[in-house]
Amino acid sequence: MSDLAAARWLFGLSLAFHIVFSAVAIAMPVFMVLAEWRWRRTGSEVHLDLARRWAKGTAILFAIGAVSGTVISFELGLLWPRFMAFAGPIIGMPFSLEGFAFFAEAIFLGIYLYGWDRVSPRLHLASGVAVAASGALSAFFVTLANAWMNHPAGFDLAHGRATGIQPVEAMFPPGWAEEVVHVLLSCYAATGFAVAGIHAFLLRRDPSNQFHRAALAITLAIGGAAALLQPLSGDFSAREVARSQPVKLAALEGQFQSERSAPLRIGGIPDVEARTTRYAIEIPYALSLLAFHDPDAEVKGLDAFPRDSWPNPLLVHGAFQVMVAFGTGMAVLALAGLWLAWRARGLPSGRRFLTALALATPAGFIALEAGWLVTEWGRQPFAIWGVMRTSAAVTPVGHLALPFGLFTILYLFLAAMVIALLRRQIAHAPSSSGEASRPGAAP
Amino acid sequence: MTPADLLGAVILVALVAYALLGGADFGAGIWDLLASGPRRREQRTAIEHAIGPIWEANHVWLILVVVVLFTAFPVAFAAISIALFAPLVLLLVGIVLRGAAFTFRTYDRADGGQRWGLLFSASSVLAPVMLGVVVGALASGRLHAGEGEARSDALAALSAFTIGTGAFTCALFAFLAAAYLAVELEGELREDFRKRAIASGLAVFAGAACVAALSWQDAPLVFRGLTARPFSLPLHLATGACAVMAFWALSRRRYRLARLAAALQVALIVVGWGASQYPYLVVPEVTLASASAPRATQVLLLVALAVGALTLFPSLYLLFRVFKGERPFSVLDRRPAERSDRRQ
Repeated sequence: MSDLAAARWLFGLSLAFHIVFSAVAIAMPVFMVLAEWRWRRTGSEVHLDLARRWAKGTAILFAIGAVSGTVISFELGLLWPRFMAFAGPIIGMPFSLEGFAFFAEAIFLGIYLYGWDRVSPRLHLASGVAVAASGALSAFFVTLANAWMNHPAGFDLAHGRATGIQPVEAMFPPGWAEEVVHVLLSCYAATGFAVAGIHAFLLRRDPSNQFHRAALAITLAIGGAAALLQPLSGDFSAREVARSQPVKLAALEGQFQSERSAPLRIGGIPDVEARTTRYAIEIPYALSLLAFHDPDAEVKGLDAFPRDSWPNPLLVHGAFQVMVAFGTGMAVLALAGLWLAWRARGLPSGRRFLTALALATPAGFIALEAGWLVTEWGRQPFAIWGVMRTSAAVTPVGHLALPFGLFTILYLFLAAMVIALLRRQIAHAPSSSGEASRPGAAP
Repeated sequence: MTPADLLGAVILVALVAYALLGGADFGAGIWDLLASGPRRREQRTAIEHAIGPIWEANHVWLILVVVVLFTAFPVAFAAISIALFAPLVLLLVGIVLRGAAFTFRTYDRADGGQRWGLLFSASSVLAPVMLGVVVGALASGRLHAGEGEARSDALAALSAFTIGTGAFTCALFAFLAAAYLAVELEGELREDFRKRAIASGLAVFAGAACVAALSWQDAPLVFRGLTARPFSLPLHLATGACAVMAFWALSRRRYRLARLAAALQVALIVVGWGASQYPYLVVPEVTLASASAPRATQVLLLVALAVGALTLFPSLYLLFRVFKGERPFSVLDRRPAERSDRRQ
């Protein structure tokens, strides 16, 4: 394993791990606050129990997210010092502001988790809102930095150095809004479906359980709404990519030759040697239509770009198909849920729908990880698109396979522990026969 | 005073806050490892209660240091990351394991938390040792971190001096934690931690002497900075006065005063380190000026930090007000009769 490969694997592993916990830490507080709010309004004990249990889950996942996020802030320098030396002054601003958002998140989560009996109801609920808001704000700032890597702005390049840096312009590069919305929606959709899936699974065994019904109502509402909006946001994102990163679009669509009236390829295996995507289902005109809203528009193929600036179309196209497939599936499921809810004038809880939801538990996170891979793999071989290659950003430190191995073991261990812990929390969920929930107990 | 100097000061202030808050959380972990006597279990429970609501917020000070460093002094961030790769990776391992183990212990009640206790406390030692090694290495003047030829040498960071600073950091954090816990606890537990504060205070004293002696050999620039600058003597006198006051207050059971003195002592030590290596970020090649980002970035960052501080400090005060009593930062102890209505 070359040091560059080890650095990419280590950083990729760290982000793939962290991204799950940060997505949960963004969405989970919203669920928990909604449950508490409902309890405060209606006095429904089920909702209090739910808020408390969700808060516990949030605490575990947030802590792992916080420490794994720390790893990433250091790894930016440990693995990519040349990237940071170049980019730090340009995109440090969103990271610094994210620091304050993270402060707010940690402070108010502390108050929320440990303050049930110590602060006024209003302050407690407000703390939960602050956690949810600052979580979204953190994601907003971090995504801005990623948007800049995809479409660098706010500086001039002179002999490999950045001059005339304008941090505010760099903070909002073209395409920032599309990416931020897409990322935020993915967090709510993925977490919503994951939590809804767990409660749906438990409801199948215990259909009249009020606790799980309350949980399903909240998570399905938020997760379903996000999943329905996501294809729309995906369309905005894809058009932005078509405009500003045509080579990425070509890779993610498996488009080798430039052509007018380009077809949309569903599935298929891009063959770089033969310059073609095999075995794909092609929908005529659809790519031109989707990317430019014009059936005759020309879509640039990979051939329009120098070979050494291509991302790997096999990976990018593959990840893109996975993201779209799972995203579409979730949107369809959300639509079905909406229809069933309208018909039942209440929570849809048919057995088949619950089974589908239970099966969809990991769907959002698969789509989220795949989408993240699309944007990262799609930017290769650049760390900063068109400006700095990943191979030029890597640290001169050798033997990187060693820390890669170390963190792989560490993360596998943490993942196993978190899963075991959450399983135990879920196993203790109240049954419908009315196992005592203990609202007064310390969290 | 240039923006670079101001941002250097911000980093130093954030490091002081990290030492006083995050450091004390690590120190509490060290006391978890060293829990002993008939009240060993109660000591561990008390530690868990003390740091539970606040450790994550306290930890963010370190993130703030990192982001300000790479925004305002990107060259230094890159150079430090390369030159101190190994100890920084170990620091991260310590941070991850400490946080994860503490959380697992809090929420995994199947075995009363025994399983995670050792991992929590051992990583609470690893992290400050590595932090101390990093600080010592930065000050030692032995790193080759000049622009363009930064080198990583796993052993460069390792010397008697850096190991000394690592051990010293542990002693400092343990001292802080014991002084804080003595304020927050009652009865025999309070007495346990009062004794621990005195013992670790003595360890701090011995450690400081050792590190100073080692710096004479291993970190000559720091030694000169510690001894020959105009501010050296007053700074050392102030630090010494705080140490004496801490011992006196501990022996007279003036807990809040002891806590203040201990915090001041640690703050002065961190400030003393920063001042003695000013204007170097990495001795002897990287300075605040040589590593600076363009002025536009630095000025905007200062504005952002000022605005951020306006939201941060009230929230932090609220956090400590909720969990550390009505007068979280007060210096005067209440009378016992008054106190019984607080805590639980």
